[in-house]
Amino acid sequence: MKSRLSALFAGLLLPTLLVFGLAADEPLADPAQQALYERLANEVRCLVCQNQTIADSNAPLAADLRREIRQKVLDGQSESEIKVFLTDRYGDFVLYRPRFGGPSLLLWLAPAVLLLFGIVVLWKIIRRRSTLPVSSEAEDAIVDSD
Amino acid sequence: MTRFLIPIILFGLLVIVFSVGLNLDPSFVPSPLIGKPVPQFSLARLNDPDRFLSDADLRGQVSLLNVWATWCVGCRQEHETLNQIAELGDVPIYGLNWKDDVEQASVWLTQLGNPYVATGVDADGKVAIDWGVYGAPETFLVDAEGIILYRHISPLSMEIWQTEFVPRINKARGNSG
Repeated sequence: MKSRLSALFAGLLLPTLLVFGLAADEPLADPAQQALYERLANEVRCLVCQNQTIADSNAPLAADLRREIRQKVLDGQSESEIKVFLTDRYGDFVLYRPRFGGPSLLLWLAPAVLLLFGIVVLWKIIRRRSTLPVSSEAEDAIVDSD
Repeated sequence: MTRFLIPIILFGLLVIVFSVGLNLDPSFVPSPLIGKPVPQFSLARLNDPDRFLSDADLRGQVSLLNVWATWCVGCRQEHETLNQIAELGDVPIYGLNWKDDVEQASVWLTQLGNPYVATGVDADGKVAIDWGVYGAPETFLVDAEGIILYRHISPLSMEIWQTEFVPRINKARGNSG
């Protein structure tokens, strides 16, 4: 029984031993460059499997994009330079965190605008209710509760 | 009256938003390269590695750049359409052989026919990244000045050719009438 259980657990753990994507690459010598590379790889969408970052993905295109980003990091390019390189080719969609500006402004500002709209509507409803003449029925209710 | 009207209007707006939004293809990524000049590149030609295919070849007349590979199922599907377009002889088709085996690519063209004026070999996928390629087959329409007019993702068919490409080609040549 015990050996079967441990075999089961071993089987369950087996997939975690397989390394994918970024983890399969050799780290860069400079820790700062490695940090930048990892940050970028975790923020760039893999366009083949769109709900993965290129850090997670094993798709050939993701590997190519990681290689390009690695090379650019090694060449000393800045984060924004590399992001411009990517968005020039694949559009804003390639970045998981959309930039603040252009058409994606709507994306950033819509929640705040909708919240504000909701607050205004709520405030109006509350104000109207508090200024309504108290009906005789409600008056009775107030008297009853005293 | 307005008490009932407002929710109905809001509901109507939501219906419009969802009926448009849910009919969009979420996997389609618009290309930021439309309206921009073709990226610079220079690649060895398939079957003729001493010569190069470069962005200069795409200037001078309206042309197509088709991204293909032997591992790509959709490419096999559209190949007959490419042969037909090539047979019309109206628009030259250039190929970008993407991350492929050169031998197999060569066999592919012998067996299925070669619609390409020339094919550039992009073995490591670097040029494809410059074109914003994310899934073969992709077909770019380039005008005589080397400006990218249109990109089609997924296999071509004669219907798509007629509806999406021909009008744009006519417009680019300035005889849209």
